[in-house]
Order: sequence, then C-alpha cells, then structure tokens
Amino acid sequence: MRNQSIGNSIDWLSLFLYFLLVIMGWLTIYSASLPIEETSIFDLEQIYGRQMLFIFFSIPLISILLFLDAKMFERFSLIFYILGIILLLGLFVFGVTKKGQTNWYQFGGFGFQPSEFVKTGTALLLAKYLTFSQINLKNFKHQLVAFAIIGLPVALILMQPDAGSAMIFLSLVFVLYREGLPGWYLGAGVSAILLFFLALLFNPIYIVLGIFLIMAIHYVNNRKITRNIFVYLFVFLLSIGFTYSVNHVFNNVLEPHQKDRIDVLIGEEVDMKREGYNLNQSMIAIGSGGLTGKGYLEGTQTKGGFVPEQHTDYIFTTVGEEWGFVGSFIVIVIFVCLFLRILYLAENQKTKFSRVYGYCVATYLFTHFFVNIAMLIKLFPTIGVPLPFFSYGGSSLWAFTIMLFIFIKLDANKVNEW
Amino acid sequence: MRKGLLPAIIIISAVIILARIFYLQVVDENLKLQAENNAIKKVFDFPERGYIYDRNGKLLVANQPSYDIMVVPREIKNIDTLGFCNLLGITKEYFIKQIEKAKVYSPRLPSVFLSQLNKREYAGFQEKERKFEGFYVQKRALRDYQVNYGANIFGFITQVNQGIIEKNPYYNSGDLIGKQGVEQEYEETLRGIKGVKYLLRDKHNKIIGPYQEGKFDTIAQQGNDLTLTIDAELQKYGTELMINKRGGIIAIEPKSGEILALISAPTYDPALLVGRQRSKNYTALYKDSIAKPLYDRALQAEYPPGSPFKIVTGLIALHEEVIDENTGFVCNHGFFYARGAFMKCHDSGVSRLNNGFYNSCNTYFASIYRKTIEKYKSPGYAVDNWSKHVKSFGLGDFLGTDMPIGRKGLVPDTKFYKKHRNYNPDQIRSSYIISNAIGQGEVLTTPIQLANMMAVVANKGYYYTPHIVKKIKDKEIDIKYRTKHVSTIDPKHFEPVIQGLADVYNVGTASSLKVKDLEICGKTGTAENKIRVAGKTYQLKDHSIFVAFAPKENPTIAIAVFIENGYWGARWAGPIATLMVEKYIKGEITRKDLEDRMLNGSIQDEYKKIEDIIYQRTPSQTKPDLVAIKEDEKPEN
Repeated sequence: MRNQSIGNSIDWLSLFLYFLLVIMGWLTIYSASLPIEETSIFDLEQIYGRQMLFIFFSIPLISILLFLDAKMFERFSLIFYILGIILLLGLFVFGVTKKGQTNWYQFGGFGFQPSEFVKTGTALLLAKYLTFSQINLKNFKHQLVAFAIIGLPVALILMQPDAGSAMIFLSLVFVLYREGLPGWYLGAGVSAILLFFLALLFNPIYIVLGIFLIMAIHYVNNRKITRNIFVYLFVFLLSIGFTYSVNHVFNNVLEPHQKDRIDVLIGEEVDMKREGYNLNQSMIAIGSGGLTGKGYLEGTQTKGGFVPEQHTDYIFTTVGEEWGFVGSFIVIVIFVCLFLRILYLAENQKTKFSRVYGYCVATYLFTHFFVNIAMLIKLFPTIGVPLPFFSYGGSSLWAFTIMLFIFIKLDANKVNEW
Repeated sequence: MRKGLLPAIIIISAVIILARIFYLQVVDENLKLQAENNAIKKVFDFPERGYIYDRNGKLLVANQPSYDIMVVPREIKNIDTLGFCNLLGITKEYFIKQIEKAKVYSPRLPSVFLSQLNKREYAGFQEKERKFEGFYVQKRALRDYQVNYGANIFGFITQVNQGIIEKNPYYNSGDLIGKQGVEQEYEETLRGIKGVKYLLRDKHNKIIGPYQEGKFDTIAQQGNDLTLTIDAELQKYGTELMINKRGGIIAIEPKSGEILALISAPTYDPALLVGRQRSKNYTALYKDSIAKPLYDRALQAEYPPGSPFKIVTGLIALHEEVIDENTGFVCNHGFFYARGAFMKCHDSGVSRLNNGFYNSCNTYFASIYRKTIEKYKSPGYAVDNWSKHVKSFGLGDFLGTDMPIGRKGLVPDTKFYKKHRNYNPDQIRSSYIISNAIGQGEVLTTPIQLANMMAVVANKGYYYTPHIVKKIKDKEIDIKYRTKHVSTIDPKHFEPVIQGLADVYNVGTASSLKVKDLEICGKTGTAENKIRVAGKTYQLKDHSIFVAFAPKENPTIAIAVFIENGYWGARWAGPIATLMVEKYIKGEITRKDLEDRMLNGSIQDEYKKIEDIIYQRTPSQTKPDLVAIKEDEKPEN
C-alpha cells in the first residue's frame, strides 16, 4: 500500500468552494439576524453566533471524516442506512413538532433533523447496491430494489409530513438514469409534472387534444416496425386519466397550504398579505437589490424584517438585496462550479461506488439549490428546503458537510484504488 | 448522453435562475418601489380642523392643542430620570410605572407616556426633548367646545375604525374622523388635507433624513371653517326649554331653508366626547336605550303628523277645487264616513275652512278629503294625485339636508296600498283611507319635514331644502340648497289657509298662547302612540305636536315642535313653539309665566312610567353614569 498523505490527494478546489460558501453564508446570516443592540459576534444568544459555532465544529468533523478509512463508508453503508431509518422511525415517538411537521429531535437548545443525515445514508446504500457486479438497471427487479432503497425513507418522511425533504430524494432518479435506468422513467416523470401544471391551468379537454396530437405525430413519425398501437393507446388513456385526476388530487389530496403555494405560482388570485406574503416579500427583497445591491448590512428589507424566516430558507433574499445581481451571480456561479466539480470528480472515480456516491451528492446539493432559489423568485412552488452551506442550522450544515466530505475522502482515496 | 444530462440540467437551471433574477433586479422597477414602501417612513402633519361658527359669527367649536409625550422603551438611553421627572412634574414612581406599562405593551412601539400636556408644559419639555432619547411629543388637536349645547348638530371626532381605513386610503390607523352631525357631513371640508413627509429609515429603523431631499413631501392644508345657519341664542334657548322633556324642535328660515335651530332632547354636553373619557362616555350615551340621547328626534322621529297635516289636506282640496273657502259641513261631534264608521270630533255646528282650522274639526277635513279622493272616476288616480301634491311639500322622502341622518317618512300611494294593504288601485274607497285626512292614517312625517311643510305655507308655495351650513370659507354652499322647490298647489290658495292658521292663535286651539304684537300662524297636533312590551300593547300618553310660522306677513321663522308623551298639542309643544318664535323675532319673552312653566316643567314622570313598563322584567337595570371630564386636568394614565 502506497498510502499518500491526505494533503496531496485531497481536492483543494472543492474544499475551497465549500469554505467560500460557508463563509459567505455566515456573513449573510449575520446581516439577516443582526439585532439592534451591539453584541459580540460569538454571542450564542444570537443566530449568527450559533452558526459561527456550527461552522467551528464542522472543522473537527471534516478532520475526522478525512482520517477515517475510506473503505469504511462502503463497508458500513447498510448500517448507516438502517441507523437513518431508525432515527426517522424514532421521530414518531420522540420527535418535536414544528409548523405541523414532526421532523426534529430537540436536545436542549439544539435541534437535530434526521432526514438531513438519511440522505447520506441512502446515497451510500444506493451506491453500494449499484456496485454489485450483476446489477443492471434495465432489469425490472433491480430497478425495484433501487427504488425501494429510495422509497423507504421517502415514505417515512412523507408521514412527518415533510414533502420538501421527500422530494429531494426523488431527484436520485437522475443518478439511476446515469447508471443505466431506462430514459422513459425520466420522461414519464417530467411529463407527469408538466401535465399536472397544465391541467391546473387549462381546461382538461384541450390537454387531451394536445396529447392526442403529439402522440399521433409521434406514431406517424415512428418508423420502427415494432411500433405497437396498443402501447400508444395505453399511454394515451393513462395520460387522460392522469389529467382528469389532477383537479381531484389538487382539491382533495393536497393540504390547503400546498394548494396556496401552487396557486401563487400559477398566478391565481391570492391575497398578498396572506398566502402570497412570503413570496411577495422575497421577490421585493431580491428585486430591490438592483444591479449591485444596497451594500452589505444595508438591506432595508432585510433590516426591516419583512421577509419571514430570512436566515433559514429565505437566506438568499439577503444576498439578492444587499449584493444585487452581481453578488447573486457570483454566489450562483460558485454553487454551479461546486456541482460541476463534484460531477467531474465523480466521473473520474475508479470505483463505481465512489462515482455513484459522488453523483448522489451533486444531485442532492443541486436539487436543494434549485428548489430553494427557484421558490424565492416564483419559478417553483414554495417548499421549505435549506440552501446548502448558506441556510442557518447546525444539522443542515453538518449533514451537508458530512455528505460532501465523505465524497472528498473517497475521491482523495482514489490514488489508493487499484 | 447519460453522463451529460445532469451537468446540462445544472447549467440550464442556473441560467434560467440568473435570467429570472436579472429580470427581477434590473428590469422590473416595480419591486424597488414596493421595497421603498417597506423601508420609507411616512410622517404626517395634521392640519388644524376648521372652526364652526353660528349664523351671527359666534364661535361654537374651536380646537385645543393637546400634546402627548410618547415613549419607545427600547430607545431610552442614559436618561437623567430626576431631571426628567422634575421637568414634567411627575414622581419617580409614576415614571417607573409608566415605563413598565409601555414595556408590557411593546418595547419597540410608541406608547403614551404622559397625555394631554398643555402648551406651557409642552414648551418646557420641547426645549429639552433632545436630551431624552426615546421620548417624543405627539401633537394632537382636540375639539374645544365653546358652548354646552348643539351636540346633535356638531357630532364628534373619533379615531377611524378598520372599516374606514380599508375603504378610504386617506386615513391611517389613529387618525381622527368626524362622526355624526356636521363633523361627519363636512368631514373633508373641516379636516383639510394632512401633509406627508417621507423619511428614510436605516437598519436600526431610525430616521436618517428626508427621502430624496423631500421632493415628494406635501404641506398640510388647513381645514376650512364652517358657518352654520344655526342661531346660537335660539339653539340655546330651545335646549333649555327642552330640559326634562323628550322630543325635538326644528326652526327654519322659510325664505332660505336655513335651519335656525335643531334641538333634540335629551341631549348631552358635546365636551363629554372629548379627551380621555370619550369612549367611556360614548358607551354610556349609546347604551341608554330609553332616553336615547344620541337619537336626533328632530330629524329621525317618524310619527303620524296628526292635525298639522290638515293644512295639506285643506290646500289640496282647494287646489283640486272640490271646495272653496266657504264650503261648509255640518259637524255633530263627529261624522259617519261610512256605514257604522264614525270619526269623533270635539267640534259641532257648521265647519268651513277657517273655523275648520282653528277648531281643528275632524269632520270638516275628513269630508273635504273624501271629496278630493272621490273627485275622479278612478280612485287610484285620485290617490296618486293626492300623493303627488303631498310630496310636493317635501313629505314622504328624504329632504336631502346636509345632515348625515334623516328618515323618509311616508306618503302612501296606490303602490303602497297594493303592497301593504292589498288594495287594488281602483278598489280603494275614500273610507278605507279617510284617516289620512287628519294625519292619522298611513302618513308618517319627521319634525324637520313638518317644519319644512310650514315653510312652504309661509312662502305660499315653495321651499328651499333645509340646510345647516350657511357658508364654507370662500365657498358658496351647494347649488341644491339654493334651488327653489315649488309645490303643486296654486299660490292663491295659501291666503285663506294662512288666515285659518292665524286664527288658531286668535280664537282657536292655541288662543291661550297669543303673543302681543306678533301674529303667529300655527296648528296644534296630537299623535297617539303605543308600545308593545312582552307581547302586550300599552297605550301611552299622546305625543304633543305643534307647527307654526311667524310673522304672518313676511315670515322669518317656521317651526315644528314635537314633545314625546306631551299629552296634546297646546299643552307642551304649542307653548314651546310660541316661545321659540317670540324669542327669535322679538329677542325677548313677554309671556314670562309661560316661559317659567315651560322651562321648569317636566314630563319625567311620564317617562318614568314608560321605563317601568319597559323594564317590567328587569327592574334592577340601571343606567350607566356619565363621567364628568372638566375637572382633574392631570392625566392619570
């Protein structure tokens, strides 16, 4: 074994991007939670003081991860996964309910959200499963197992109920696609989402007409001998059934607040003082930033406390307001660089386990990033997910740190793989 | 392909997000404006409310500045408590108590620390205000009433409620608005327009200066003064006459429609609704459901007019030429208007127009009314024709005065009879509706309508819509108060009727009220009334009604007096009307005996009886007491 020192093999760029984001995140939280009275930046009574503590403790956490045996993550992936599931189950007994969601453990002053950690466990187990040499995602049974690995935590999280976190897991379908899942799964998923919004916006009869037209064109253009009229018919009927059930689902299955969020997005009349308030205020804060922003600590909307929960899910509004388009651009570019760097590293892994895991990390981080920012600017329904490394919260920061640094460790270890 | 999908999605998503953010931040200006609304503080400068004068220029309502010291607890810094307390003349205990109170309410928001400082205290504090961070002075203007009557005319000032704020963007929480009376009707005239200063707030929510050098600021516009048509002396005299009675007096100048006096009793001192006790006092007044001091009887009391309505009956019969002034009817203490249906009358002998009036002969007026209705082949047409004539006296609908309240009264027509009595127009018989002749049928009027009716008679056929504002600074009053309304009655028919009304004083039902050297034309009236309590109907004492105008030649005042449970017309309403007329025209009273009797007379015993009837099941209920506010200038809270 020619074990190289961790210092030579670690991907310094990822590390740099990570710290850049965490520090920018802290600065933003400081601005968003600065009280009127002058206090120390280490004041643990204050949100920014506690975030400082969380960041501080992430350093030993990172060190531990980097010095652990890389093989351990693969070997114990099932144990991590099961541990995560047990934590999720434990919520039903010991969990704390916040805003109708039972998704926290509370230890004294600090909360702990297990679903953040289960993401990593799920990614590890999924990577491990796909590493088995005989696994082929074209095989229906193997698909089922892969879906079950993802589905179990999703089901438990949906019971909390925390639709936002559950949705993040579904993005792993991209990883499965990368590893060979047939493309029509993605196609069907995207079509279903598209149909859902179309069905809410337009009269179903037009949509049925549209589906019919598209399918007819596809059928005519399909030159394959094997084209089967019954498959087309089946898909057509399925789409119609789906379209017509959307309104029922929307009115009877979704919670009122979920309906409101979708109404807000598709431009239905909503009360800007109530359902639309958060979105309206977040757009005002971002929009008022202009090209170069109002300057650090000068955001009038941030200071006025107009945006609710600004230090957690709405933290990016402070970036938008105080740093303007230029700052938003820089932050988004840093995020995108990190995602692409992780994907690049993942593709260059020697083991399938590391590759799949890396892919999972990039997918998770990107989905959080996209859902979080898109909801602030009315591109996506309001869903409470944190912005990785930016949003306030110990369990969120540590969970993302662990998730990322397991991959960095795996990557650093690739020189030892043969 | 499979490798490329996720990177592609990431890049495309980032581009979409950036494009969207670019649009929001750089292209869309709307959001910046909304952000300014969030972060820019508006400070209002409230103009002084207009003064209110009587027709002779006597000041009735002015303003008193009132200064409240406000405190924002969390902004208090290094305060010299002792100096502060000495300056304001308060104790340290008071200081501590108030700060605690304010903290409980909110550490961030202003609370009243010390309310209603006078000018000198304020000046003393103002010099040193800067030394006391966290404290500032809020100037408010309260009404300062120069007289203790006329509350029903003025109305009062109160803080706007949520409903008004939502409906009218001018008002913000805490603003004052006129309620009832001219304060409400002329709210926009009196209040002026508040000035706005836009100030920028920094991150600590502190003001850092004017927004854009104050280029959007506006200057407050003073409210306009109002000159009322009210004669303060007459108003005051009427108020005194009404002590211990319930009812209303309304006097109108016939030539102009100007309201000379508008009295409702019981009333209250307008000063009760100023200052810290306002809300408590208002509640007490509001809850008094028996005496109803907030109910303007002169404008709102809707009753059958009784005998004064005979004036209209007579004029219509003359105009329709079913009689002339010499047409006579035999009265034998009443008259059979249909088989078995007898209308009683206290008169006997032959009644003609003149003695019909002064003896108030029911038989006479019922007979001429029957002739009026039976003149036309179609009784439906006849009823509507009669109704049209009556309405031309301003009866049966809102008069359109510049007071925010009023009642329509009722003048029935064929539509009404179809709807409420189910009489088909051509089946109406005069005998069904004969009571209208003497003002006891379906007809309902308010005192102001009766006074206006008398103005029509005084003017021999026209009236101006009664109004209470004579002049708004530099502005003429609304055209509708300068537009003549002509009655449908030929002016020549008024002469004999007026003579009949003059003879009411000379030889008739009001002969005991005659005033030396003053020819008054009047008519007594009595209206029955009943109440139902707990399923039983009680007959109460009749209401006393009197209408008059004077002098007979070139009348300068028309008046209607309505006294609840005042037995009969000449008992209370007649004397009070006569005294009012004499007071207005001559300036002094010759009938001192009558004056003393009216000033000191009381009908409270009757009201007590009614109260006993109403409260039969809850005799323990007591009326809340009003809180006097004049004494105790030192604020408590």
